[in-house]
Amino acid sequence: MYEGIVQDLIDELGRLPGVGPKSAQRIAFHLLAAEPSDVLRLAEILREVKAKVRFCRICGNVAESEECRVCLDTRRDLTVICVVEEPKDVVAVERTREFRGRYHVLGGAISPIEGIGPDDLRVKELMTRLADGTVTELILATDPNLEGEATATYLARLVKPMGLTVSRLASGLPVGGDLEYADEITLGRAFEGRRSLEV
Amino acid sequence: MYVAALELVDFRSYSHVQIDLRPGVSVLVGRNGQGKTNVVEAIGYLATLGSHRVAADQPLVRHEAERSVIRAAVEREGRRLLLEIEIVPGKSNRARINKSQLPRPRELLGVLRTVMFAPEDLTLVRGDPDSRRGFLDELMMLRTPRLAGVKADYERTLKQRNALLKSAAATRGSFDVTTLAVWNDHLVQLGSELVHERLMLVSDLCAPVRQAYADLAPASGEAELGYKASWTNAAPLADQLSRDQIAAEFRESLARVERDELQRGVTLAGPHRDDLLLRLGDHPAKGYASHGESWSMVLALRLASFALLRMDGDDPVLILDDVFAELDSTRRERLAEMVVDAEQVLVTAAVADDIPATLSGDRFTVEAGQVLSDPAADRGDA
Ligand SMILES: Nc1ncnc2c1ncn2[C@@H]1O[C@H](COP(=O)(O)OP(=O)(O)OP(=O)(O)O)[C@@H](O)[C@H]1O
Ligand SMILES: [Mg+2]
Ligand SMILES: [Zn+2]
Repeated sequence: MYEGIVQDLIDELGRLPGVGPKSAQRIAFHLLAAEPSDVLRLAEILREVKAKVRFCRICGNVAESEECRVCLDTRRDLTVICVVEEPKDVVAVERTREFRGRYHVLGGAISPIEGIGPDDLRVKELMTRLADGTVTELILATDPNLEGEATATYLARLVKPMGLTVSRLASGLPVGGDLEYADEITLGRAFEGRRSLEV
Repeated sequence: MYVAALELVDFRSYSHVQIDLRPGVSVLVGRNGQGKTNVVEAIGYLATLGSHRVAADQPLVRHEAERSVIRAAVEREGRRLLLEIEIVPGKSNRARINKSQLPRPRELLGVLRTVMFAPEDLTLVRGDPDSRRGFLDELMMLRTPRLAGVKADYERTLKQRNALLKSAAATRGSFDVTTLAVWNDHLVQLGSELVHERLMLVSDLCAPVRQAYADLAPASGEAELGYKASWTNAAPLADQLSRDQIAAEFRESLARVERDELQRGVTLAGPHRDDLLLRLGDHPAKGYASHGESWSMVLALRLASFALLRMDGDDPVLILDDVFAELDSTRRERLAEMVVDAEQVLVTAAVADDIPATLSGDRFTVEAGQVLSDPAADRGDA
């Protein structure tokens, strides 16, 4: 244990995803040794993102205004929605340039172990978006792991009465993985070869 | 296949040890507690990614150390492979083949194949169903490594489903019906594949088990295997059951037990509650078999595993950890005859005289964290 605020810093850093106690300590001492101007720039950018960046009121993607860049783009196809778990997945899909519709960011996947059920995800918001009949196709691009698959099956069952075309990204993505880490070519192919989902 | 060299770092009682091995029989002799089992346990771990003695990894790491490394050169179909696993309790283990890291340790399964005979095996007859399921699944994964993924997914799905049932139990039955239906789908899909594979394995094992048991204990009744499913009353189960039939039955039984499950917060039907039935003559082995008969049954299961793996074209490495001390002289001799022609046999014993003369070969003395090759007993062909 270190003195007061140094330990506070280590504790705060340790709460970040993927940062264990050892890394938290390393980062803390790196910050302590760094030039004050460098650290202030980091502090400033943290303050700024928290003040400026919000979540798009339509799709839940990160946005610098009410709506995100994709939702503001009038050339996007309003009849197709691609459902992903996290904003970082939007970035991954955009990189492939295969998809011209809009997104819906759920904010995670169903995982009872972590106490995450459909009510903890932006499922109701999705149903609201689908209500007026503009959207005719849903692409479920949740992660290719158990929880992502379960979430996709869940959504497919939920929207079944609406008669939409529902598809799941084709296999070929590394199983047990994370959409974010699939390379562009693989992910692009998965989009082209998406299969319709029977439930 | 055979293990040509083994190196252990901070594994069990060893801080560092290196052993060169040859095909044929190698015998490790030493007083109790000197580290004989530790050596063969390490080889078994490389093959199955688990210890035959403990479920957790922590006891495998030497006191005071943070991680263990098991490294082995394996000669397989004329090719030499360097296998390595780093055991880091509490974190994910790392596996390498020829120095390149595998995406996950699971991919090491099936590269080195072993069949281990050990005193702990008696629990196969006497113990709970989980040890018998473990026997089937381990063998299944050695034969078809892909199934390790199916099993891991099944277990994860089971955990998710149990968590959902538990929260439903806690809130007195208020739960999302669709979410449960989704986990049911996945549980049935993965579970039916697992059961289907187990049934085929049991069917493949029947004849070799019967044969091995008859060879070991000619005077006693016939050994029979069966599969007891938790999700149907039909028993014994026919191996011709298709995956779809299994899935349909499994799904129906989940519907039958749902009310109970929602109260108790656990999944009550599925391959995680099935059992392998072992019978001798007209009786189940458990509760009826004598000590000697139980041992013959256990040996028959292991010998049958050896026979099945051998049919794939490459002998698995046989490991006999301290089993001769458990057997009378007739069974000792018979067992020795049945394994002696395997490509590699590793034997441990506290008392050298317990090992039948049939199994003479290279000799190692294990003493206080050292494994020394014993030149006096070396085979003449060195
Ligand atoms: N994690 C560990 N760290 C240090 N020592 C350990 C560890 N685990 C086990 N040991 C020691 O290893 C020894 C047991 O080794 P092992 O089981 O290989 O004995 P053995 O030679 O097979 O004996 P036996 O003839 O009784 O079967 C014990 O003395 C035990 O204390
Ligand atoms: Mg021992
Ligand atoms: Zn948006």
